[in-house]
Amino acid sequence: MSQVIETGKAFEFTAENVEKAQKFIARYPEGRQQSAVMPLLDLAQRQNENWLSKETLEYVGNFLNVPYMRVLEVATFYTMYNLKPVGKYFLQLCRTTPCWLRGSDDLEAVCKNKLGITNGETTEDGMFSLLEVECLGACVNAPVVQINDDFYEDLNAENFEAVLDKLASGEVPPKGPQIDRINSAPEGGPATLLEKTGDA
Amino acid sequence: MPTLTVDGVEVTVDPGTTVLQACEEAGAEIPRFCYHERLSIAGNCRMCLVEMEKAPKLIASCAMPAGDGMVIHTNSQKVKEGREGAMEFLLINHPLDCPICDQGGECDLQDQSMAYGSGNSRYDELKRSVAEKNMGPLIKTTMTRCIHCTRCVRFATEVAGVEELGAINRGENMEIATYLEQALDSELSGNIIDLCPVGALTSKPYAFTARPWELSKTESVDVLDAVGANIRIDSRGKEVMRFLPRLNEDVNEEWLSDRSRFSYDGLKAQRLDTPYVRKDGQLQPASWGEAFDTIAAKLDGLEGGKIGALAGDLACAESMTALKDLMDLLESPNIDCRQDGAALTTESRSGYLFNTSIAGIDEADALLIVGSNPRHEAALINARIRKRWKRGNFPIALIGEQVDLTYGYDYLGAGPATLKEVAEGKHSFAETLKKAERPMIIVGQGALSRNDGAAVLALAKKIADEYGLVSDDWNGFNVLHTAAARVAGLDLGLVPGEGSRSATEMLDGSLEVLFLLGADEIDTSKLTNSFVIYQGSHGDAGASAADVILPGAAYTEKDATWVNTEGRVQLGRRAVFPPGDAREDWTILRALSEKLEKTLPYNTIRELREKMVEVAPHFADIDQVTAADWTPFGTEGTIEDAPFANPITDYYLTNPISRSSRIMAECSATFSKVKGEGTGTNG
Repeated sequence: MSQVIETGKAFEFTAENVEKAQKFIARYPEGRQQSAVMPLLDLAQRQNENWLSKETLEYVGNFLNVPYMRVLEVATFYTMYNLKPVGKYFLQLCRTTPCWLRGSDDLEAVCKNKLGITNGETTEDGMFSLLEVECLGACVNAPVVQINDDFYEDLNAENFEAVLDKLASGEVPPKGPQIDRINSAPEGGPATLLEKTGDA
Repeated sequence: MPTLTVDGVEVTVDPGTTVLQACEEAGAEIPRFCYHERLSIAGNCRMCLVEMEKAPKLIASCAMPAGDGMVIHTNSQKVKEGREGAMEFLLINHPLDCPICDQGGECDLQDQSMAYGSGNSRYDELKRSVAEKNMGPLIKTTMTRCIHCTRCVRFATEVAGVEELGAINRGENMEIATYLEQALDSELSGNIIDLCPVGALTSKPYAFTARPWELSKTESVDVLDAVGANIRIDSRGKEVMRFLPRLNEDVNEEWLSDRSRFSYDGLKAQRLDTPYVRKDGQLQPASWGEAFDTIAAKLDGLEGGKIGALAGDLACAESMTALKDLMDLLESPNIDCRQDGAALTTESRSGYLFNTSIAGIDEADALLIVGSNPRHEAALINARIRKRWKRGNFPIALIGEQVDLTYGYDYLGAGPATLKEVAEGKHSFAETLKKAERPMIIVGQGALSRNDGAAVLALAKKIADEYGLVSDDWNGFNVLHTAAARVAGLDLGLVPGEGSRSATEMLDGSLEVLFLLGADEIDTSKLTNSFVIYQGSHGDAGASAADVILPGAAYTEKDATWVNTEGRVQLGRRAVFPPGDAREDWTILRALSEKLEKTLPYNTIRELREKMVEVAPHFADIDQVTAADWTPFGTEGTIEDAPFANPITDYYLTNPISRSSRIMAECSATFSKVKGEGTGTNG
């Protein structure tokens, strides 16, 4: 069983992406062009609805003159390359200890009840895919879900549902904390260093 | 030169040597799985751990360069525990299925766990299992047994030059696979079976047929191409079970090409095991006496000029000597060992040898390939060229068919016209050759087996002379042969004399009697009027055109001498007896000569070999290459426009043994790009 899915549709970078790809390649010394395989795979994934088909892998291989097997090795090693189609909104739900303690299970339940998907599944309308991932590195704002490129933080069942509703209706809700909080500053505003001291 | 102490023994090693190599030099044995001296260093099995003083932890000796003043212990308690730990980890996911594993008895993991393992495991979870992978008709996989040493991946990438194998996924899910599960398309793929330290990659055709301890091992040489790879024939009873390569740094290192390794089932099929005589248009089994009588009756009173003899690609030096002597006694000048019509002559030995020698490729600094696809004609020489190319500063150019050679080259042109340009200095590559200190040229049979072959050879010689390919300590002129018999045939003078018939002329049907010594790759269509005697091991093209068939021995069934393309004389040894009534080839000719009352003057193989040494003294120097003097050869002439065509269209089916092999037929169906038009039963 092969892990690679063939679509039968030819893949080619857009003119804009070809230009970008050339920039990536130019970052590496002469003769080391194959080092650009990772940024190029990312570029291809973005152009190809957030996943890599056989055609995209081979296109990147040909673009860099790297054997297909070497491209596949990279694509299967890194978890951020998707080797099968994902929904328009790719939900990566963090389940490592801090997020779990702060209620990531509730978010999982939301996905299950509201969208009807569990880990690794995609909704029938192709809007949402769920993937449980390990630490996203935003524990201070736990629990966290990464939706495509953005982090949605400080989630709970209610505001996560609200985010999903907005996404479903075509809106893109603001990223970052979903409660009254600026980045990782204290909830409800600053709690220390309230007075200004000194002249500075 | 770093000097270090290993277990109290002081050794001085070359800079760049690893601690593991230094330990071996000092006589200490270091267990290892991923390390292999001919592959790059991976350092991932951790079995080679040793203790280095002043280092806080054990070090992986395969990946640590030897340094001056290091003090290494290879048998301390700490090392013992380290090895036991590494072994325990390796065995966590390795099934304990040795009794049903084909590697059993010759398994590095089995041996080393006995020697260095702790004898038990603390792991009582479930082991992982991995789906089998398709790697083609030659390699059987049991990937659950894989310990991820990546030797196979490194071999395919580095030595074979096909980047189709790789490790996909990561961590616990890592698997070795080919891209999209395609068959591994390399002529050297069988070597990964030898390299695999466990039973993950085993031989598919050999699967479950024998255990290593029941096999008799005979050291011999391979004859299915002209490289003369050293092999070990593993046989059981009267059956050859498999071929394995034998180490010979000067020839095959430790590799063997797939055709040579897997053609062994062809030794059991299509065999001629009794003499045949054509009666009423049908070949019918006969006794030796009957066959000889038929030949004697035909030859009786026949003038020598009406008799001819052709020696094929798999003929041994002994049988060719006997054939030549017999033809001399019959007063026939018509004898030829060049069934492909190659324009090679015996006037200078250097004119038909691979003079640089195979190991000499390592020292070359420029290469021009003319009319050859070394990947198919001599896969192991191609691997040497690739090895040299990987080191860099090795410009390679090709004139002939444009094919994938597993290394980069400049494509100059398709035919002799381009060669002429180079010879006349009009081509830029001429400069490269001139500038190089040790340039070499390889002329393939595709360039020589043509009407203008002699002129092409002369052109190649001109290049060699003018661009300094030959000097006192370097001879860069090379002819690459495809047949194991060819060099010996030329050494022994199996070429037609002045005014007599060459191979192509003998095949036009004008001879009364034609003797084919294993000659199969010929056009037999015009031989209807000739009385054809075929002596050989397999029922192939030659046998079907024959009027009398004398069953001979295959190369595994006789003690015989072979000369490879470099001119290296090597001895093949008998592993099994020929089937049925088949006999060793020189004895057949000796018996026939007696019947014809022209008895050959030797009764034993020793006497025959003495005769060979008389004809060509270098036959006394077994396993040696006797350098040939650079003396004039070649006849200048006009060249034709036709491009060079490679002689091998299907790598897997070049000789009667391989053509009789089911394994090779399967490989041919899987890999060969050349698809025939079908036989009428297809589809």
